[in-house]
Amino acid sequence: MRNPSDIGLDELPDDGPPSTGVPAFDFYVIEEHHDDEDHHEHETGTMLGFWLYLMSDCLIFGILFAVYAVLGQSYAAGPAPVDLFEIDMILLSTFMLLFSSITYGFAVIDMQMGRQKNMSRWLIVTGLFGLAFLGLEVKEFEHLIHIGATPSASAFLSSFFFLVGTHGLHVTAGCIWLCVLLAQVQMHGLTTENKRRIMCLSLFWHFLDLIWIGVFSFVYLTGVLL
Amino acid sequence: MSDATHNTHNTHDAHGSYRSYLIGFGLSVVLTVIPFWVVMSGSVNSAAVAIGIIFTLGAAQILVHIHYFLHVTLKAEEGWQAMSLVFTVVLLVICLAGSIWVMFHLHENMMPAHEQIERVRNLP
Amino acid sequence: MASPDGTYGTAGAAEAHPFFGKLTWDVFPFFYDPIVGATFVGTVLIGLAVVGAVTYYKLWGYLWNEWFTSIDHKKIGIMYMILGTVMLVRGFADALLMRGHQALASAGYIGYLPPHHYDQIFTAHGVIMIFFVAMPFVTGFMNYVMPLQIGARDVAFPFLNNFSFWLTVSGAILIMASLFIGEFATVGWLAYPPLSGLKFSPGVGMDYYLWSLNIAGIGTTLSGINLIVTLVKMRAPGMTWMKMPVFCWTTLCTNVLIVATFPVLTATLALLTADRYLDTHFFTNDLGGNPMMYVNLIWIWGHPEVYILTLPIFGIFSEVVPTFTGKRLFGYTSMVYATCVIMILSYIVWLHHFFTMGAGADVNSFFGITTMVISIPTGAKIFNWLFTMYKGRVRFEVPMLWVIGFMLTFVIGGMTGVLLAVPPADYVLHNSLFLVAHFHNVIIGGVVFGIFAGINYWWPKAFGFKLDPFWGKVSFWGWLVGFYLAFMPLYVLGLMGVTRRLSQFEDTIYAGYFVTALVGALCVAIGIAAFVIQIVVSILKREELRDVTGDPWNGRTLEWSTSSPPPYYNFAFSPRIYDLDAWHHMKNHGHERPKEGFVPIHMPHYTATGIVLSGLMTVMGFALVWHIWWLAALTFAASLGYGIWHTFNYNRDYYVPAEEVTNIEGARTQLLLEPAE
Repeated sequence: MRNPSDIGLDELPDDGPPSTGVPAFDFYVIEEHHDDEDHHEHETGTMLGFWLYLMSDCLIFGILFAVYAVLGQSYAAGPAPVDLFEIDMILLSTFMLLFSSITYGFAVIDMQMGRQKNMSRWLIVTGLFGLAFLGLEVKEFEHLIHIGATPSASAFLSSFFFLVGTHGLHVTAGCIWLCVLLAQVQMHGLTTENKRRIMCLSLFWHFLDLIWIGVFSFVYLTGVLL
Repeated sequence: MSDATHNTHNTHDAHGSYRSYLIGFGLSVVLTVIPFWVVMSGSVNSAAVAIGIIFTLGAAQILVHIHYFLHVTLKAEEGWQAMSLVFTVVLLVICLAGSIWVMFHLHENMMPAHEQIERVRNLP
Repeated sequence: MASPDGTYGTAGAAEAHPFFGKLTWDVFPFFYDPIVGATFVGTVLIGLAVVGAVTYYKLWGYLWNEWFTSIDHKKIGIMYMILGTVMLVRGFADALLMRGHQALASAGYIGYLPPHHYDQIFTAHGVIMIFFVAMPFVTGFMNYVMPLQIGARDVAFPFLNNFSFWLTVSGAILIMASLFIGEFATVGWLAYPPLSGLKFSPGVGMDYYLWSLNIAGIGTTLSGINLIVTLVKMRAPGMTWMKMPVFCWTTLCTNVLIVATFPVLTATLALLTADRYLDTHFFTNDLGGNPMMYVNLIWIWGHPEVYILTLPIFGIFSEVVPTFTGKRLFGYTSMVYATCVIMILSYIVWLHHFFTMGAGADVNSFFGITTMVISIPTGAKIFNWLFTMYKGRVRFEVPMLWVIGFMLTFVIGGMTGVLLAVPPADYVLHNSLFLVAHFHNVIIGGVVFGIFAGINYWWPKAFGFKLDPFWGKVSFWGWLVGFYLAFMPLYVLGLMGVTRRLSQFEDTIYAGYFVTALVGALCVAIGIAAFVIQIVVSILKREELRDVTGDPWNGRTLEWSTSSPPPYYNFAFSPRIYDLDAWHHMKNHGHERPKEGFVPIHMPHYTATGIVLSGLMTVMGFALVWHIWWLAALTFAASLGYGIWHTFNYNRDYYVPAEEVTNIEGARTQLLLEPAE
């Protein structure tokens, strides 16, 4: 790595050996004209780009967690977690997400085997689990708002609704994306692009599951203990 | 451009098999059920121990998901995937721990005035 | 700016009408405020002239097809620079208004700006200068130069690049709209709650602020992801990390910072938005909210943002200095490490912006020490540039003048920064004009000077002719003299205890300093005018200033190996890299341009999706500001639908036929063969 001319002080202003006139180096890549290579190249770029997006999303959740950590006990004489959370329902929705993760995994395996029909079926099952999770969440929120524990009741409830709600919005976006992908696979089959998109959504979906682990451990379980 | 294209095949293989997905799923189920059981049964008396269990198992489950579902490996994307993940974790720790630290101290120093006065009175 | 009923800061605080939201005839300040009225008339006249000229010369189709929908990184880069220049004029007009007003107010007059208007102006000045001047300029440079320097044909996601640009424009449009429709925020550029909360800022100004920055911030994040992937995936064969030009290194670190901090800004502003729109209690005074958490969070973004602005500029200097001294950069490796260290350290200094908040001695000393530590790698960079110049054959062309001006000025700013990093000293200087002088010292002396160095340096690459050196020098001296006259008095005033953001003064002893600062601001105005004149004169004299070689400065990095301007595919053949300073190495080892054997080149199609989506987002932002809910819902649904529809288009790229490449390269061969005169 270290280059001798890094030292620089006693280096002459015009460095480098004198030009010999004979090109000793092959300065250009004479490319072959391949369709396939370009697609591969693109593929790897997209996956990395999407991964970086997920990392930035992770930081958004990180900030929401930090806000919850700081404000999560500012009940403002309102209800506390132990009064509100129904842990058995949370266990149920956790399992909805877990099931959806493994069914997505099966869809990816089918995709790699080229079994388009099976893959679509697993994707639909995944979507249904996602919807079930969302349904449970909506029910929970409805219940909370009904008993007066609204986001404007206290800083604790604001940060709770925002953290859990942002996760829910992501799952909603994932479900919409899933429908779009199903239509695209139906129209164009398992092309390189579609496979890449399915892999991106796979990352997204598993990533949301990962965030949920943080939510149920930190918000729900810890909340009812304190 | 050139050195980037070669690992495409490796990453394809790394997307898992039924076996690895099922192992990951099994571990996740166990790691989910234990903390819920701890809380729902109330069998651990000390809240601190219970929270310790929840956080440890939660962290373990996150690692399980990263390995079995997200398939992060040190080799994928020339290590950029793992590197960016580690970097993000470092930043998360900085943001979370830093915010909590700063706000905790602020809270302590900004206690209601009457408590401050009491404290000063009790000074030796 | 009293509205007709005599209240302040409540423009648009009325109940929302189901169709027009909060829009009424009273919200247009040009009806009752003479300054805004005159600005409005002037803007409309200029706007009409531009639109008329474009229509007269039938340029709409050209602009739309060749620029607005372009996904060529070079054109997007140039558009970013144009956005930055336009907004610089707007932001500087605000600065002149403030300097003039303070000079009058400190001398015992009332001045011409009512407090409410003055507050809007300093807020707009800060927001515009950081988000819509410095950021577009910096992003523009990274967009234009980096792919050329790594031997790539475009960025990794060309469409996303176009979309990011238009999202930034969308944010800028919303800020500009606030000048004539309603009002802008009156809360300072970082909008601390509870002042920025609904209770104390009931008007639409804060909403303009929030939606503008949220939309522009998303664009910046996307652009950051794009450029990182470009650097990781698209370097030419042989360009290992340690053979990458320093500008590319700083681009990489900058974009890592962008991807890792702009989410924090987005989340924080979203929470404040929720406080204002959904009645939540994150940062309110009541019901458990904590305004100080906002301060904490916004600076977790805010401090890295400082380095997002300066790191690419350090990269520009690292390109300019070796070129104009005819030497390899001194201490390349240490430069790379210093950049990376700054990148990491910039995350653990944020509390130095609010030492006085009261987190206590141990917290303050930790952040004070980390702040002092971060000045070490920055200092190392200064020494590297100095040692590069040492015993070199320095050519004092305009870019080099800016570099020298930077080195002198930035060191002063850095040292006052270290002063402020000492918590006890900060208790005295916090929120004083000393602080204002300090950050203008590093941002003007660092970022702005670097931007001008970069413009003068890369202009011939982008347009094929050099910029006129005479007006360049006038611009440089205007800025340099103007900067010192404008900000040295502020250091003194700060030490005397004058706080920032004051619009009225009881005592007239400060008048001399404020008048001096006004004279300085006028000198800077000369500098800006000379810059505009420089561009106009250079365009008129372009034949005289023409450069056909593509390498007017005897450059060292790959961008100088292409023609000026480069063909849209950048490189007919991907270059192969053997050494740092690849083009210098090529020139010294018998490099010859390939003249035949061209093959088709894979390129992306242009697309209007970016501009259409951003247009919808602009309308959505405007509708949300004015509580026109039906329009907001409609535009949100439309942009979602349009975005999804866009994903159904699989035909995104094509091959440039080999004949076209042969023609373009042949034309350049002809040009190079002709004698220079």
